[in-house]
Amino acid sequence: MTTRGGTLIRRIEPAVVMAFGCIIGLLFLGSLYSTSFVSPEFLLQQLKVASFLGVIATGMMIVILLGQIDLSVPWVVAVGGMMSTAVASWGTIGGVMAIPFGILCGVALGLVNGLGVAYLRIPSMIVTLAVNAVAQGLMVVHTGGYSPQDASSAAMRALATGTTLGVPNALLVWSVIGTAAVLLLSRTTFGRAVYGIGNSERAVYLSGVKSQRIVMLAFALSGGLSAFGGILLAGYASKAAQGMGDAYLLPSIAAVVLGGTSILGGRGTYLGTVAGVILITLLQSILSVMQIEEAGRQVIYGVVIIAMLLLYGRERPVR
Amino acid sequence: MRDWGYRIREQRGTLLAFLVFVVMFAIYVVNHPAGFTANVVTTAANKGVLLALVAMAQTVVVLTSGIDLSVGMVFVLTNCLASALVVGSPAATALGVAAVLFTGLLCGVLNGLIVIYGRLQPIVATIATGAIFYGLALVLRPVPGGDVNSDLADALTSQLPGGVPASLVVLLVVVLALWLPFRRSEIGRGVYAVGSSELAAYMSGVPVGRAKFAAYCLSGLLAAMGGLFLTFLTYSGEASAANGNTYTLYSIAAVVLGGVSLFGGSGSAIGAIFGALAFRTIGDLLFVFDLDPLWQPLFQGIILLAAVCLGSFRLFRIRNRLELFG
Amino acid sequence: MAFFRMEGVSKRFGGVHALRGADLQVEPGRIHAILGENGAGKSTLIKIMAGVIQPDEGRMIMDGRDVRFASPAAANDAGIVCIFQELSLMPDLTVADNIVISHPPKRFGLIDRRAQRRIAEEALARAGGEDIHPLTPVRDLPLSRRQIVEIAKALSRNPRILILDEATSALTAADVTKVYEVLKRLRREGLALLYISHRMQEIDELADDCTVFRNGRNVATYAAGTKSDNEVVELMIGREYTHVFPPKPSEVPNAGAPLLEARGVSWTHRLKNVSLDVRRGEIVGLGGLDGQGQRELLLALFGVLRGVSGEVLIEGRPVPRMSPSRAKNPGIGMALIPEDRKTEGLMLPMSVRDNLSFAALDRLSRFGVIDDAAESAAIDRMIRLLAIRTDGTAVPVGALSGGNQQKVLIAKWLMVSPRIILLNDPTRGIDVGTKQEFYHLLRELAREGAAIVFYSTDYAELIGCCDRVLVLYDGAVKRVLAGPEITEHALVGSALNIATETRDVGARPMVGM
Repeated sequence: MTTRGGTLIRRIEPAVVMAFGCIIGLLFLGSLYSTSFVSPEFLLQQLKVASFLGVIATGMMIVILLGQIDLSVPWVVAVGGMMSTAVASWGTIGGVMAIPFGILCGVALGLVNGLGVAYLRIPSMIVTLAVNAVAQGLMVVHTGGYSPQDASSAAMRALATGTTLGVPNALLVWSVIGTAAVLLLSRTTFGRAVYGIGNSERAVYLSGVKSQRIVMLAFALSGGLSAFGGILLAGYASKAAQGMGDAYLLPSIAAVVLGGTSILGGRGTYLGTVAGVILITLLQSILSVMQIEEAGRQVIYGVVIIAMLLLYGRERPVR
Repeated sequence: MRDWGYRIREQRGTLLAFLVFVVMFAIYVVNHPAGFTANVVTTAANKGVLLALVAMAQTVVVLTSGIDLSVGMVFVLTNCLASALVVGSPAATALGVAAVLFTGLLCGVLNGLIVIYGRLQPIVATIATGAIFYGLALVLRPVPGGDVNSDLADALTSQLPGGVPASLVVLLVVVLALWLPFRRSEIGRGVYAVGSSELAAYMSGVPVGRAKFAAYCLSGLLAAMGGLFLTFLTYSGEASAANGNTYTLYSIAAVVLGGVSLFGGSGSAIGAIFGALAFRTIGDLLFVFDLDPLWQPLFQGIILLAAVCLGSFRLFRIRNRLELFG
Repeated sequence: MAFFRMEGVSKRFGGVHALRGADLQVEPGRIHAILGENGAGKSTLIKIMAGVIQPDEGRMIMDGRDVRFASPAAANDAGIVCIFQELSLMPDLTVADNIVISHPPKRFGLIDRRAQRRIAEEALARAGGEDIHPLTPVRDLPLSRRQIVEIAKALSRNPRILILDEATSALTAADVTKVYEVLKRLRREGLALLYISHRMQEIDELADDCTVFRNGRNVATYAAGTKSDNEVVELMIGREYTHVFPPKPSEVPNAGAPLLEARGVSWTHRLKNVSLDVRRGEIVGLGGLDGQGQRELLLALFGVLRGVSGEVLIEGRPVPRMSPSRAKNPGIGMALIPEDRKTEGLMLPMSVRDNLSFAALDRLSRFGVIDDAAESAAIDRMIRLLAIRTDGTAVPVGALSGGNQQKVLIAKWLMVSPRIILLNDPTRGIDVGTKQEFYHLLRELAREGAAIVFYSTDYAELIGCCDRVLVLYDGAVKRVLAGPEITEHALVGSALNIATETRDVGARPMVGM
């Protein structure tokens, strides 16, 4: 009597239910303010905006499942955006190579993270911090400190702003990535090992699984996804910008945690991350539409996250 | 081994940070066009002390094996508050200073309550409280502005007779009056115990909750001192998210460079001070060697990366691979 | 007269009754030994006395008054200090810091370091640890020294009752003698000592009174020396002592080269020139006191240790760079059942299913994608084979009983069809019924051609299961016993590095702990 099915369905965690409940609650509250909050156009727009965060949060989730963290997101996102736009301006070859090159840069930075964490056993918080600083340094040198003027390729713009059969391409991209993530986590040896490492890397090692390789690959994946997020953002704005990734670090961590993934690793489902991403996006949108000052938005953002964590993110007492 | 041998080994990290800083600063001063003058030293000291205070704040929390991602925002919030309150007559100024410090303490209290009694993981909880503090800072200073009592500011950011920067004296006072007594106190010892092994500390009767709470409170207080000092330097308050985030991340870098273990239980705020001063000096070194300032962030990043890799040399001594996977 | 009594103390954890109406009497100036199998309730009793957990029912009476300890600090204040097996030392703090951690001497509100050092030195001297410098960070001390510091820490509290929970398990023989002296001196000074140990020898040497616990109850209290070892064991197990072991084959088939061979294996100071060989179908045991290198030997064979000199040969071919992932390969086919199943063998929050298939995933997948059908089939087969009692395979493995958890761990490795099986004290903390199943399984696996190395701290198991036993002392093989030579007497004697004549060859195997 073994159960089939992926992490999506096997056991709906209470945290995920809570997260979706909060989404519905937010929509309800928003609808009291204005009925346009529950219009399909608005909801679709939200999902489109959420897609950017969603791509980045996917990488972050895998790293958090390992029991680690990736603080290099801000500038790996920027690297993705800036490197892809830089290549895009190299004629027709550039137009084709822009996206793969951007992702490759992200993967490379992710590999550095992975090497440091997996083989040099440096705490991920520090390694990714340092790599973030290095990435920033590289981009400052590349752009001369100014806002980069390179334009995104047509492909980038199409992915980020176009629609296919009425569905925003960005959302399609997120769906594809999300599906791949679910399959990866629930149906592959890699995914199983990720959960295992998050629970006890020692036990994984003693089971004869090459845990260090898996950790390195996970960080490479996270780097690639962060860079891809940057590519999408650059496609959306038609160019890259300094500090374009800064606004995505804390929300991506919050989205993953609010979705029920334990920050200590080993527990969490992708459905939860989806809920967390939508929740954060919705929260930020509603606060901005209500024309609450940035100040109020920040405070409410923080308070809401704490409140939700107190509801279902608490650790067991040390006894 | 003689006694002092043990004491030196205990303070390994701090001493190393001190040496690194001294070497770097020596190189800086020797190559600076103006040389080892009081002005050069004071400017460097002022910037260094700023980061040092925030690094001390981070240290106390890291010692309990926690992390405080909101220090930068407490720094920014208290800066904005100071630019509004620390003005006017000496009495009003003193009251303003007290109010600012108290606010920092309250921020620490909030963090402590959520992490310890709410039992939330510090990394996520302090992200959220950081947002709250930033929002409050924006309320105080939607646009940069404000003022500060210029007498006080000048006194604390310039030099004392003899060329000693006043900021260093302030730092020394903070260390002597706040850090050392804390470290020697029972609750300070408790902080180290909790960071070293929370379970063993509990079994030994150490008040775990209270020790951690004290750490977060002290952290808020120290970050507030940093914010206050920033106001003295810039004569204004600015609710800059970029600044806040930068200081948070740099404080972690300073802590690591200062020999404080991110796992908790070992290290000293004094080490973090030298880590902060060393980190600051990196940027200045670039200026002095006529390197394009454009390369400064990259240089700083690479140094940081190299420094954190140094700790991995211990891996060569490991004989049982299970220890890799603690 | 007993100045401390426990009456009718009960404690439940979930559905498990750790203690049922337990009684205990403690008198000053006497060493009181507490015996019992794992899970009999000894640890729980001690933890209640020491204030770590609270009883559900019952009373504790001290000096004629009812007492309750809400925390370890409260128990300490009342004069009850406990030295647990998991040490309560903070590794980053110095010895002196640790010793006075709960009651540091103060001057002007701050800790007085000089007074602290004096107190530490006195306590260390009292505990037989004069050679330990008070400023050493505990992290730099070997386990045996740390245990002395732990004792010093307990003594600095000036306890009236001192509880030792297997406090000598990590000590060297010389230290053990010193600790005996310390304990005897404390007894003369009027301290009451509670001593939990599995070593009959220690109990013979030290105890004045003995109490046996079984299933959460005090089943017997008697003066030391008034009951034979066998009677004591029967009290602990609760029935006529019979470990039912499957019969051993009279002759192990000599099928050519040994499947596993170690030649001159050395590692740091923990393993010294160890050689062993195991043939197909053979069960070789590792004996000796705790911590003599048995664990390290298994880790070395499995490729976990670095800097191992000597050779490990599989089927006569040397394997230079062993690692757990290489060991798992069909070419070698070696499995290690690790010591601590909770942290090294299983991922407790993950499901039974995920744990079971974890080591065999690459056999159950193609290009990295798991074949669900194959996985389910393999899992169901294992559950039937080992009779694992679980409420479906989706429950977290942490919810299973100790015995079933161990079965999952063994099943996980059986799924890779190993030819060589290394077992690191696999029956620790397991109920007797599961142990019997395990012995049969072991013999069955050997019959099917596996080569098995079996480390156990239970002499009865070594006698009952193994074809040969290597007794290790201080990292070297002191003696090899084969067949009928394996008796408790011989095992104990070689374990303690005592030269003994082999009397009682073929005598009934007796249980010693």
